[in-house]
Amino acid sequence: MAKPLLDIRDLYVQFKVYGGLLQVLDGVNFRVDTGEKVGLVGETGCGKTTTMKAILRILPEPPAVIPRGEIFFKGRDLLNMKSAELSEVRGGGISMIFQDPTAALNPVFTIGQQLDPVIRYSSPQNRRLSKRKIREEAIVSLREVALADPDRLLDSYPLQLSGGMRQRVCIGMALATNPELLIADEPGTSLDVTIQDQVLRLLRELVEEKQTSVILITHTLGVVRETTDRVYVMYAGNMVEVAPTRKLFANPLHPYTQGLMQAVPKLTGGGIAHGIPGRIPEYLDPPPGCRFHTRCPQVMDICRREKPPHFGVDGGHQVACFLYDKDAG
Amino acid sequence: MRLLGFLTRRGFQSIFVLFGLSILIFVIARVLPGDPARAALGARAPQWVVDRLREDMHLDEPLVAQYGYWLGDALQGDLGISLVTRRDVTDDIRDFLPASLELVMFAGLITAVGGIGLGILSARNKDKWVDNFIRIFSYMGVVTPSFVAAILLLLLFGLVLDWFPTIGRLSEGVPRPTTITGFYTIDSLLAGQFATAWDALKHLILPAVALALGSLSQEARITRSTMSDNLSKDYIAAGRALGVPERLVTGRFLLKASLIPTVSIFGLDFAATLSNAFLVELIFVWPGISRYGLNAMLRKDVNAISAVILILGITFILVNILVDLGVGALDPRIRLRAARSD
Amino acid sequence: MAREITAGELPGPITREQVKQLQRKNRRENLGRSWYKFSRNPLSVIGGATILVIVLVAVFAPWVAPFPEHAKPFTDFANASKPPSAQHLFGTDEIGRDILSRVIFGFRFSLTMGIVVLTLVVPTGVVLGLLAGYYQGSWLDTIIMRITDIFLAVPSLILALAIAAVLEPNLFNAMVAVSLMWWPWYTRLSYGLASTLRNEFYVTSAETLGAGKLHILFREILPNMTSPIFTKMSLDMGWVIIIGATLSFVGLGVQPPRPGLGTMMASGAKYLPDQWWIAVFPALGIVVVVLGFNLLGDGLRDLFSAEGV
Repeated sequence: MAKPLLDIRDLYVQFKVYGGLLQVLDGVNFRVDTGEKVGLVGETGCGKTTTMKAILRILPEPPAVIPRGEIFFKGRDLLNMKSAELSEVRGGGISMIFQDPTAALNPVFTIGQQLDPVIRYSSPQNRRLSKRKIREEAIVSLREVALADPDRLLDSYPLQLSGGMRQRVCIGMALATNPELLIADEPGTSLDVTIQDQVLRLLRELVEEKQTSVILITHTLGVVRETTDRVYVMYAGNMVEVAPTRKLFANPLHPYTQGLMQAVPKLTGGGIAHGIPGRIPEYLDPPPGCRFHTRCPQVMDICRREKPPHFGVDGGHQVACFLYDKDAG
Repeated sequence: MRLLGFLTRRGFQSIFVLFGLSILIFVIARVLPGDPARAALGARAPQWVVDRLREDMHLDEPLVAQYGYWLGDALQGDLGISLVTRRDVTDDIRDFLPASLELVMFAGLITAVGGIGLGILSARNKDKWVDNFIRIFSYMGVVTPSFVAAILLLLLFGLVLDWFPTIGRLSEGVPRPTTITGFYTIDSLLAGQFATAWDALKHLILPAVALALGSLSQEARITRSTMSDNLSKDYIAAGRALGVPERLVTGRFLLKASLIPTVSIFGLDFAATLSNAFLVELIFVWPGISRYGLNAMLRKDVNAISAVILILGITFILVNILVDLGVGALDPRIRLRAARSD
Repeated sequence: MAREITAGELPGPITREQVKQLQRKNRRENLGRSWYKFSRNPLSVIGGATILVIVLVAVFAPWVAPFPEHAKPFTDFANASKPPSAQHLFGTDEIGRDILSRVIFGFRFSLTMGIVVLTLVVPTGVVLGLLAGYYQGSWLDTIIMRITDIFLAVPSLILALAIAAVLEPNLFNAMVAVSLMWWPWYTRLSYGLASTLRNEFYVTSAETLGAGKLHILFREILPNMTSPIFTKMSLDMGWVIIIGATLSFVGLGVQPPRPGLGTMMASGAKYLPDQWWIAVFPALGIVVVVLGFNLLGDGLRDLFSAEGV
């Protein structure tokens, strides 16, 4: 089997807060192979963004603590890398599009002033380029995301742009570095639906064109279904299920995934959508055993005591649920 | 073009405010009980001389007319005669203003460099002992009244440790440098008189630090809090995530975004500095306009009081305009919003 | 089967009396919660406790001070300029008066100044700003705010000095001077708050329902402005005390032989560095009072900002 592009193993992330330690990530396993488009689905607060920020090492390290786990990118250990090396990996290797494009842009600098160092430091050759050359590259990047009049845009401030334009700028910035892996954190969620659709379509085209591997984070199942090869389902700091997209939608195994699928209102038949009763657990003092057991309609005794490992179900499809423990009775 | 519009608008506003201020000053001055003419001439002057002076000073005419005369004179540069020094107030001001300007500007420099520098240092080392030390220091700086700080500094560094002189601008026997700007430090440097320059500088340090202490502390606190707030903002994380080197992210990009409140505050801080100059000049016997003004207030020298307040008011208004320009230069949101509201 | 509801009758089983009870219960809970949050920060509590102690000491000065008669005209040259000792914790000044007692009485002047000035300034300034903010854009707004601008064009202390200088130098006139110079800050603050709040839905609905202007101003808008105003008041106590001490120091406030803290510093400054205690202890008194009010004010500000205005 080819070496994965990105490999996260057994990652734990905690946050030091006033009352103690928030156990945000509870042993996360995650893998992306070269050329893959991987989806990451889960409700707000389950740890999707935290995982991505952990990869790029942009979690605020004083409150955040990484006690255990490994993150490998192309075989290189990201968790123990020095700052200078990390800067190289960021940008040229892994790039990220943030959830809120308005917050992701510095309000007191022009787009051009922010784009310049991104391009300049994305590869060793670029460092020596003149300001004018870099500006040309910037214009190319902005054209790629279908922004009109890129020359004027470079001299504008974020506040002068509309929400949709800002989102495109962020995409353009992330792709300007020609990354091997692109992390897209809920692209377009802060925009209205029609613009979001445009943005996602644009993203899809660009990714196809450049053959970039992608991690697409979203809480919209429909988007995942259309865009990804493989999907991870995340709940309360754990990956609870992973499968090739088609298989997941055809046969969701984990009770949480099943609940998610049922919660989506369907236009054709089906009646009222059902929510999942209950709330996500407290991270300060999480329940023992499986973190979903308090809301699980099929909870068993063992679920309350032990944390379920991943059980493989016909190659590529894995579930963290004791229901699929073939050795149990 | 926007700049011109902004300046014209502010210009008109300022003139209006100055006009109102002049009325306020005039009212204050005329509240003074007693006969200004008599006070000018002394108790022994014969009554008819006093009456003549009263006529000259238009004291028996309606107040509005008096104001008119006063304003007319002032606009021509005649600010009356000081009861204390018996000279033209205009001459007094010309003598004393440069000293104060030198002091205030040097204090402003210390405030800007020290305040921002300490703020950055504090934010970079958040929650470590450097940070905690600076925070306590700046809190005490904000809370201590300027005259208390001045006396403590004079006591410690001037009298006890004897590192710096405590009186005046130059030591005994040191000749004044040839007047170009009125700033002893600059003038002596320009003339090549390095010993004089050094002496002038030594005299300048204690009062300038005493003056700058409050503002410096305020700026340090604001800079630190803004920077540490902004450190957790998304655009900083985004910069890092896209491969921008750390020194740029926490250097240029963080700094410019964080300086805006610091610069805005500078206007208010400058007001405090101008006020505190009264005390500092008194304590360090600095021959500036504030000390002149304070003396005038204590001796009820009406013309001098009016003139000093007017000058300080003008200075303050000018500085405020500069501060607004500065903030506009830093923050495009303010520039563009202001233009839109025209 | 819906029954007719007559005017004035609330649908559902709740009486006006019960509503009042609920309001009282809410207020009590809010206070409890606020106190809990406030007490989380040790510095704020220290500030509050310091101020409480100083206030008590000042009120009960004749009983707390070891030598209360030293605050009045008194001489005892035999005991003059004695350094701090067991009998005179802060030492004695150049004519033999116990400095500790005088500092305690000095707090009275400081606190009086703060209370009187704020009592005069806050209602005036806030009402003016409230009117200007509510009637934003009208001639009333323009007049009030232009006058405010004029007063604010002069750095505060300078104006206070000037006003105090033309009047007889004493504590009363110092308070007048500071009041005349302080009110614009509250006007400006209230103006900003009121002009934002008048666009709130509850205000527009009150207007539509035909509520009188007085009601809108004082029952709708003003209660929602209290948090920043209270915070500013607490911090301002410190500043007013400093300005008062400064005026006294310069000779324009509390006159000797009365024991104003600034006044004592002025007479004590001559005896530096040898008889340092004469000037230093009043200075410490000022610093402690101001520090207390600042910590208290910061605590209140954190409290209000966390809850949201």
